[in-house]
Amino acid sequence: MDKTMIKPFIAARVAQELKDGDVVNLGIGLPTFVPNYLPEGVHITLHAENGIVGCGPKPSAEEAQPMYVTDAGGATASVAKGGCFIDSSTSFALVRGGHVDCTVLGALEVDQEGNLANWIIPGKKVPGMGGAMDLVVGAKKVIIAMEHTAKGNPKILKKCTLPLTAVKCISKIITEMCVFEVTPDGLVLREYNPEFSIDDIKNATEADFIVADDAKEIKVALPGA
Amino acid sequence: MAKYATLEEAAKLIKDDMTVMIGGFMGCGNAHSLLDVISKSGVKNLTVISNDASMPNGPDGEDYYGIAKLVHNRQIKKLIVTHVGLNPEVAAQMNEGTLEVSLVPQGSLAEMVRAGGAGLGGILTPTGLGTMVEESEFACGRVEIDGKEFLMMKALKADIAIINGYQIDKAGNVIYKGTTRNFNQVMATAADLVIAEADNLVEIGTIEPENVMTPGILVDYIVERRKA
Repeated sequence: MDKTMIKPFIAARVAQELKDGDVVNLGIGLPTFVPNYLPEGVHITLHAENGIVGCGPKPSAEEAQPMYVTDAGGATASVAKGGCFIDSSTSFALVRGGHVDCTVLGALEVDQEGNLANWIIPGKKVPGMGGAMDLVVGAKKVIIAMEHTAKGNPKILKKCTLPLTAVKCISKIITEMCVFEVTPDGLVLREYNPEFSIDDIKNATEADFIVADDAKEIKVALPGA
Repeated sequence: MAKYATLEEAAKLIKDDMTVMIGGFMGCGNAHSLLDVISKSGVKNLTVISNDASMPNGPDGEDYYGIAKLVHNRQIKKLIVTHVGLNPEVAAQMNEGTLEVSLVPQGSLAEMVRAGGAGLGGILTPTGLGTMVEESEFACGRVEIDGKEFLMMKALKADIAIINGYQIDKAGNVIYKGTTRNFNQVMATAADLVIAEADNLVEIGTIEPENVMTPGILVDYIVERRKA
């Protein structure tokens, strides 16, 4: 797959998971592209954990108010019509209280039990968990959107080796190769990118997985693709 | 009743070894003028409770944004925060062994501060179960309620809270603007002494009572932000 198409492909597939009216929190990086690919008629409310319910579009340099309106990554942001600002306690009450339908995050490692590691590499990188632990525990649906491997090494493992963000929290894993659903029986491959064979996916995945009988091709509409 | 203080007078209230809560999120909602004066006051060995350590550069290119000034001047011995990834000086001082960092999940931190300000001993949260958070100095073990497991986390209090409001009236009533509310609102409840930096100091009556976000009784000192 053309490297420049990997992120748009994953973001476009993640967008299909969202339903009209969903309240969604997007992690930094790849997940922020998801709204660009929402199907027609699907409108979502974006939650930013630092205190926005209903994020608007990225403001222009002239419109931006860096002293007053930023997102959870510290970048300038805006509030959509009908949106509001809240404090951190209320923001995480919404998260843990089950009022956020879906969160989309990247990962360092995931495993076949649905465990997630995405906040620390001990001794190397200790940025902190920020709001990630609350989001993956509280959101009704947790989608991991990431490249299937890291420099060729599997990220979808039998058992995470890095410290966990949360236990058994993942609903779906969406990569450029396939869509895994986390079930009580383990990972189930629901969809695959026809550019890859099942063997290709097996070779890039350490975790065991079941191929669903009705596994189908991932279909995304990418502008210019 | 909230008293007016100059930035210099307020900065003197912060003494060595104190525990200080600082509202803000990546610098947004930091009391920038007061933090600037504190960063030059020589006060040291602070324990700071905050969402993060801000970032080295502000949006207008200013050096050391908000809390980052205190990190840069090595006035903090311990940070109780959720995220430090945007301030590389924190990792550098951690590696030198001169700065201790105690990481807490963001939602837990907000609620631990809220509990501290609300007279509660702690919180029960599902966040952090099965993770390193269970080994946190603030974790007090698991509790099962109606068959569901929770992690007990201690409430947090501070000697001083430093908050920032957009409009503050002379009775100390505060309105926050945009996303600056973040941790400011709960921190205003959880410290022995609260200093609020007003972007705009207004007369009593300017703020409609139903729009007050932090009641003035919580604010001990009001300082004014320097006008650019």
